[in-house]
Amino acid sequence: MNKFCMALLLWLTISSVYAVDVYQLADPEQQKTYETLTAELRCLVCQNQNIADSHAELAGDLRRQVYEMLQQGKSKDDIVQFMTDRYGDFVLYNPPLKAKTGLLWLGPLGLLLVGLTMIALVLRRKKNAVKIELDGSERQKIKQLLAEENKD
Amino acid sequence: MLKYIIPLILFIIMAVFLALGLNLNPKDIPSPLVDKPAPTFLADKLNGGGQKLSPADLKGKVWMFNVWASWCVSCRQEHPVLNQFAQQQSIIIVGLNYKDKPEDAQKWLSALGNPYNDSVIDRDGRIGLDWGVYGVPETFIVDKQGIVRYKHTGPVTEEDLQQKLIPLITKLQAQT
Repeated sequence: MNKFCMALLLWLTISSVYAVDVYQLADPEQQKTYETLTAELRCLVCQNQNIADSHAELAGDLRRQVYEMLQQGKSKDDIVQFMTDRYGDFVLYNPPLKAKTGLLWLGPLGLLLVGLTMIALVLRRKKNAVKIELDGSERQKIKQLLAEENKD
Repeated sequence: MLKYIIPLILFIIMAVFLALGLNLNPKDIPSPLVDKPAPTFLADKLNGGGQKLSPADLKGKVWMFNVWASWCVSCRQEHPVLNQFAQQQSIIIVGLNYKDKPEDAQKWLSALGNPYNDSVIDRDGRIGLDWGVYGVPETFIVDKQGIVRYKHTGPVTEEDLQQKLIPLITKLQAQT
């Protein structure tokens, strides 16, 4: 088991080292923007990876584009706008709140409300449940029935 | 009674959403380019001679913009459909030779036939990026005003042509 973990760990380190070409910007502030942007932009070919992690050619092109635009002094918003103009909101891992994405953002809240209402309903029903009092003869009958059942 | 109806309704709602989700093609990403002006470029033609082509040259005409490459397997599947289409329809077809070696591209065309009025070279994929290309082949229809009217991702089939592209092209060509 230990050996397996070791191998896995080694493999993970190696694969992250050789992941992708990395562009280096002179300004550390810009470098940070580059890293956030490439982590937030989706690779459209391998749809569950961001462009920072992806080996796809398109991801490489998009990284180059981000790098060049930063070098030209473009802001983060400019670059996000550039990408969404061409690839739509799908390119963003963090979709903006709009009429079209309303269900996505508000849906979980709606489900939470449904759940809370159901809990409230169930609790109220329990509280209102009527307790049935049995008189002596009824108790007797039940005991009898149970005794008969146990005999079998 | 309500006890059975509510779960049933919930189940039906979930089943409908899941069925819709299963039938969507995740590769089919809606293009924000539709109904927007076609991105411009000025690129070398593949047939050499140093001639250049720009979408501005095609103003006043309905044209098809098809992104292809010799390394692209699905393009091979699409190619005969385009060849036939080019013979039948009077429409300008411009090819974008995407991230390809011009020699390979020329060989590919001479071997498989050339449906394009012109192909332009996009060696490093910059024109493709401007057009939001992410999976070759892709096909756009641009109207007489230079507005993108339709985008198709993946190989165009005979069925796509008959059902979507040809009716649209006929409609756009009738407009002034």
